[in-house]
Amino acid sequence: MITRFLWTGMGRNLRLFVLLVLAVGIVVPLLNQLLPKGSAVYVPSYMLQLIGKYLCYASLALAVDLVWGFCGILSLGHAAFFALGGYCMGMYLMRQIGTRGVYGNPVLPDFMVFLNYKELPWFWHGFDHFWFAAAMIVIAPSLLALALGWFAFRSRVTGVYLSIITQAMTFALLLAFFRNDMGFGGNNGLTDFKDILGYSVQSDTTRAALCFASALALALFLVVSGAVVGSRFGKALTAVRDAESRMRFLGYRVEGYKLFVFVLSAAMAGIAGALYVPQVGIINPSEFAPGNSIEAVLWVAVGGRGTLIGPVIGAFLVNFAKTYLTGALPEVWLFALGALFIVVTLLLPKGIVGLWAQLRARDAAKKASAA
Amino acid sequence: MSQKRLLAGLLPVLAALFVAGSAMAADLATLVANLAAGGYSERDAAITALASSGEARAVPVLQALSAGELYVRTADKTVVIAKGSGKQLALVDAVTGKDSGSATEDDLDRIKVNNRLRGTIDAAMSALTLMNPDPKVRRAAAESLFTRRDASALEALDKALAAEKDLGIRQAMTEARAALVLASDAPAAQKVQAVAAVRERGDRDALGVLQAAAASPDAEVRAAASAAAEAVRQRLGAWQAAQNVWYGISLGSVLLLAAIGLAITFGTMGVINMAHGEMVMLGAYTTFVVQQTLRSVAPQLNELSVIIALPLAFLVSGAVGVLIERSIIRFLYGRPLDTLLATWGLSLVLQQAVRSIFGPTNREVSSPSWMSGSFHVGQIEVTYGRLWIVVFALLVFVTLLLLLRKTPLGLYMRAVTQNRPMASAMGIRTPRVDALTFGLGSGIAGLAGVALSQIDNVSPNLGQGYIIDSFMVVVFGGVGNLFGTLLGATALGIVNKFLEPYAGAVLGKILVLVFIILFIQRRPRGMFAQKGRSVE
Repeated sequence: MITRFLWTGMGRNLRLFVLLVLAVGIVVPLLNQLLPKGSAVYVPSYMLQLIGKYLCYASLALAVDLVWGFCGILSLGHAAFFALGGYCMGMYLMRQIGTRGVYGNPVLPDFMVFLNYKELPWFWHGFDHFWFAAAMIVIAPSLLALALGWFAFRSRVTGVYLSIITQAMTFALLLAFFRNDMGFGGNNGLTDFKDILGYSVQSDTTRAALCFASALALALFLVVSGAVVGSRFGKALTAVRDAESRMRFLGYRVEGYKLFVFVLSAAMAGIAGALYVPQVGIINPSEFAPGNSIEAVLWVAVGGRGTLIGPVIGAFLVNFAKTYLTGALPEVWLFALGALFIVVTLLLPKGIVGLWAQLRARDAAKKASAA
Repeated sequence: MSQKRLLAGLLPVLAALFVAGSAMAADLATLVANLAAGGYSERDAAITALASSGEARAVPVLQALSAGELYVRTADKTVVIAKGSGKQLALVDAVTGKDSGSATEDDLDRIKVNNRLRGTIDAAMSALTLMNPDPKVRRAAAESLFTRRDASALEALDKALAAEKDLGIRQAMTEARAALVLASDAPAAQKVQAVAAVRERGDRDALGVLQAAAASPDAEVRAAASAAAEAVRQRLGAWQAAQNVWYGISLGSVLLLAAIGLAITFGTMGVINMAHGEMVMLGAYTTFVVQQTLRSVAPQLNELSVIIALPLAFLVSGAVGVLIERSIIRFLYGRPLDTLLATWGLSLVLQQAVRSIFGPTNREVSSPSWMSGSFHVGQIEVTYGRLWIVVFALLVFVTLLLLLRKTPLGLYMRAVTQNRPMASAMGIRTPRVDALTFGLGSGIAGLAGVALSQIDNVSPNLGQGYIIDSFMVVVFGGVGNLFGTLLGATALGIVNKFLEPYAGAVLGKILVLVFIILFIQRRPRGMFAQKGRSVE
């Protein structure tokens, strides 16, 4: 019943796109697992890892787009939610190391032994269990978003001011997580993971599973976002984006709409971060860097804000370019990234998806005039 | 008796050696020669005698004696100071201080000292330096006695105090005397008086003396000392607070410099310039280039390099600012979020450009001599560098204020900000004013870069460290209000510095950020919100 509602709520393009994402999530891991190394279409392990990473980035981009593209809230701190989810997962993975750490301490992770902790800090309790960590992955970013959003939206902090606040938030978290006393590994963060749910994080099979899980999460997020955006609620959301004051005068409780979508988006970012961490094998405070959040915004801008497909395409394209350029021409990458920001905002305000739609419309107009 | 006999024996020799020597020198020579004679007890007396002569030459002689570098030359029984190592030692005549050739250790006889003698020498030295004709040396001697609290120097100090004319040094000596009395076994009444004198001094050293005295066996002294220590502690606390205020003002001036350009571009134009930090960086690199050029072209101007860099940095950053406004920002008016993204991209490009040209490492920018060093106001230490930056920040602020209030350009700027169509209708060329306003804001960022090059690392990342702080200052102070920016910067600087001792630098900064985030929720338009029609 619910699935049917979700499914029919989406447009045809989005439905196809969700299937495409799922297909990637199934085919890529299978090509890696089933084919012999020499095969022409064999997906090497690093590629598998890379695609898994991109899928997580795409989820983050979708989360940013949900608030920015559909509700007009430009969050410059979404990487903070991503990183918080990542830290929750990292804490679970740290607890799974057990006595296999360098110091072999059965209770304390290595960095705590190193920093002379006597006992486990209270907020680390419970992370031995996956279900607890999984719950925290959603709860921690959501709570932060709820607190920030509740204060900000109620006092009608909008536009650039909100952007600056979110940026200050992620900057403050960056500084906080750099501190050794925080109990999150300070500068080095959490790393040296061994197992997730009993399977080694290093093995290709686990990576294949994680890649599939990332694709599944992205597909799920697309479906949920599609449902939210397509519903009456979504219409109101878009109206808030375009004319907030008028919505208020019409009697809508604008704060509620914004808060809901902001928290939902933070939870999505948190889950994306949690899937990201076991695939890259480390989480450290630099994930909170303000630049990361802004880069995520760029993915959305490149792909096309206000569309659900755009952010995914943008995340894949920009990150593919990043992987390629930082390897081949490291000097050029920042120039390219910077130029991309400028070009997209000046020339492609609707992104690639928008450009495509524009071209198709022009084609159609030509055909119509020719006929 | 033996001394006299020895004197009688040596005098002719000495007289032969110093034909032209004055009576004073002869006197000194006798005293020095006495050091070499007799056993330890005679030597002790000789040291005291030499010290009480008050001769300036006595200082190096006694130092050498204490260090075991004072010898008697076997050939002619002259007392010499021998320096150096190895076979050949360079000799200096102990009495005249003149070069006296060299000799091997075999030709010399070391004048031996033991620990008791060293003690005598130390006491004698302080007595000597207390009588030194140079007032600076006398003051230093009094200060060092205060911290060393060597009760045996009390007699010498009393003597010096009686002879001292300089009021400031008398004061220092009185304080030192009080400290010595407290360390000695003087009667309780004297000690209580001494406590009062030390309390007058009221600095960290005084606190140390009083704390030591508070452990005295005498109840009366103990009570007086602990009460005085408490008073001094309170006074020190007040000074510490004052010092923190100064540090806060100093940090605030840096924030002000970084933010004031932003107050124009963001505050009056509403343009979110994420590349503002890079304008600051360009200013810092301009300073670097100016210094490099001057070093090769006109090294004599090096002291002035910072001042020469100021107008150049303004022009460089300002020109880049105008260029940015004309090529990017003018297409994005009314789309603040897009402006934010585009200028962020621009900041990446500028950073990478500077990194490609100058390299990723920190560049050395030297400070002129008039910016180094420090002085004290009471117990507050003020470094000249920081003082100049505070002065400079205020100068920039006042100039900018005058520019906006008193010049035609300022009038146009305010007109365009407040009502663009009306300004345009009145014949103001708004695009030109936009470009100039943005150029002005960027140019001021360049000026900030010159100042920051003196206290921060000049690297491609210089600007990034300030951009968030700058936005915080502008938003906190109230957008479009220069006085708000001034107060915001100062307040944030001071709050930061007061939090630091309790919370640590990083946590302090986090607390300030959280505070601002909460503050913006309460007052979304800052401390001094603009009112009226131009707000929305």
